[in-house]
Amino acid sequence: MKAIEANGLRKEFGEKVAVADLTLEVQTGEVFGFLGPNGAGKTTSVKMLLGLTSPTAGTARLLERPLGDRRVRAKIGFLPEHFRFHEWLTAAEFLDFHGRLYGMSTSQRRQVIPDLLHLVGLADRAHTKLKAFSKGMLQRIGLAQALLNDPKLVILDEPTSGLDPIGRRLVRDIINGLRDEGTAVFLNSHLLSEVEKTCDRVAFINQGKILRIMSLDELEQGNIQVRIRVGQPTPTLLENLKQFGQHVTQEKGNGRIHLYIQSEEQLPHLATWIIQQGYTLYELTPHHLSLEEHFLQIVGTESED
Amino acid sequence: MNIVWIITQLTIRETQRRRILWVGLLMGLGFLLLFGLGFHYIYLDISETNLRQSETDIIIGLLLTAGLYAVNFLAAIMVVLISVTTISGEIDTHTIETILTKPIYRWQVVLGKWLGYAIMSSLYVILLAGGLMLIVYLRAGLALHNIPFGLGLMILQVLIILSVTIAGGTRLSTLANGVMAFMLFGIAFLGGMVEQIGSLLTNETAVNIGIVSSLIIPTDIMWKYALALFQPQFLNTPFLAGPFAVTSQPSRAMLIYAMLYPIAFLAFAVYSFTRRDL
Repeated sequence: MKAIEANGLRKEFGEKVAVADLTLEVQTGEVFGFLGPNGAGKTTSVKMLLGLTSPTAGTARLLERPLGDRRVRAKIGFLPEHFRFHEWLTAAEFLDFHGRLYGMSTSQRRQVIPDLLHLVGLADRAHTKLKAFSKGMLQRIGLAQALLNDPKLVILDEPTSGLDPIGRRLVRDIINGLRDEGTAVFLNSHLLSEVEKTCDRVAFINQGKILRIMSLDELEQGNIQVRIRVGQPTPTLLENLKQFGQHVTQEKGNGRIHLYIQSEEQLPHLATWIIQQGYTLYELTPHHLSLEEHFLQIVGTESED
Repeated sequence: MNIVWIITQLTIRETQRRRILWVGLLMGLGFLLLFGLGFHYIYLDISETNLRQSETDIIIGLLLTAGLYAVNFLAAIMVVLISVTTISGEIDTHTIETILTKPIYRWQVVLGKWLGYAIMSSLYVILLAGGLMLIVYLRAGLALHNIPFGLGLMILQVLIILSVTIAGGTRLSTLANGVMAFMLFGIAFLGGMVEQIGSLLTNETAVNIGIVSSLIIPTDIMWKYALALFQPQFLNTPFLAGPFAVTSQPSRAMLIYAMLYPIAFLAFAVYSFTRRDL
């Protein structure tokens, strides 16, 4: 089953286009990372999916129901980015209120709320008012709120930004648990190391446009940066290297050559070819790009245009 | 309807938790105590003089009218202050986002909040105005007429202001909304004054200005209607009844208009909030 299916969602605020074209699919049991710099259109995208903001154009389905269907929201959990909850409620009252909004019965709430407080490590704070909570604790209680209804889709907007390393670890474990239960998780984040550890697939968005969608496996295998050092490099060599990969450049000074190739299998062919061309090969080092380098490469190059 | 009631309960709990309810109650009791003491000593004074009963009644009536006007004014201010942040504030803090993404409708949130504040402010009016009336009755034996209907009109006035404030909160910032609500209340007050003086001087233009201001927001006219019901004997003696009194009983059409007014604003609030991008 598809958890999210967005087709050309677009949002304009007057002249400004906040989201130009949101087209993506998220499967159940998948953790999907939505990455982009601040102001790229991430939050607006999420708000359109959740019916907080109406799209200017395009369609979308959540859990195979069209946007705006209220019953489907009983199966969706959401943690907004900048939030302040009713701070005069205690943690348990807060969860109870949201449980009632989900339409959960008294017995369901009595059963689920202590478990969730325990899950997010706030069992001993059940009767503390939210105004005494730190930012990290608020984020954790907010996460518990998003999990109240045993959701099939959880949308988290920057869930780890206020958390310490222990809290991040906790959120990561919870997300992994959700995936194991077959829940889809849509994660808005700019903390790339977190995304790298949790997500199955990622979409890069900038200036309201999705630039690329790829799986983390693809990221690990593909797009390898190779550093080459040969004796007496020539312009012909640089030109011919373009048949192996993209973005062939040469460092000034030491004359090292850089290029990007798509798979590891190309490496031995590349080495053999250089030697066959009669060059002395001193160095050929593959380097897997981290998500962050990738992010900068994709988002950075596109925004230069 | 269940969701509406959940929101109503939360709204009432908020006024408790943020100590608005308790401060309001405590200050209200202080208000009644002050009035009771003042009334007690004034009444001691006038009962020693040999005024006629009708003259004594006028003095008592004046004091009670002034007290009721204070309640009327305080209730209007209170309802604006407690409800002005409710929607615009929750939009600003993003609190509303976790609520509206639940399987509920936006109108349920608007109606639930309205109902919560309506219950609180109605109780406030009943407690303070009823308290004043009780003090006067126990001390001086003066009973007002048409008390339930009159209190109902005072409550209607508060509901009008509440509905305007809730509707404003779906479009305006908290501060702009507060300014609008207070200004409207001020316009109604001033328009009411102009109308009253106009009718004393039989100046038709001034009366028309008053009518227009009552159409803009029929708060002051409902207060006057309530007063006319409470003390029908003052209707024909405008100079005796002082600045807060009425010189003519408002029309039935105006009453119907005033009852439809909060409904229309509430409907606008629902419409406007439902369509709003958050």
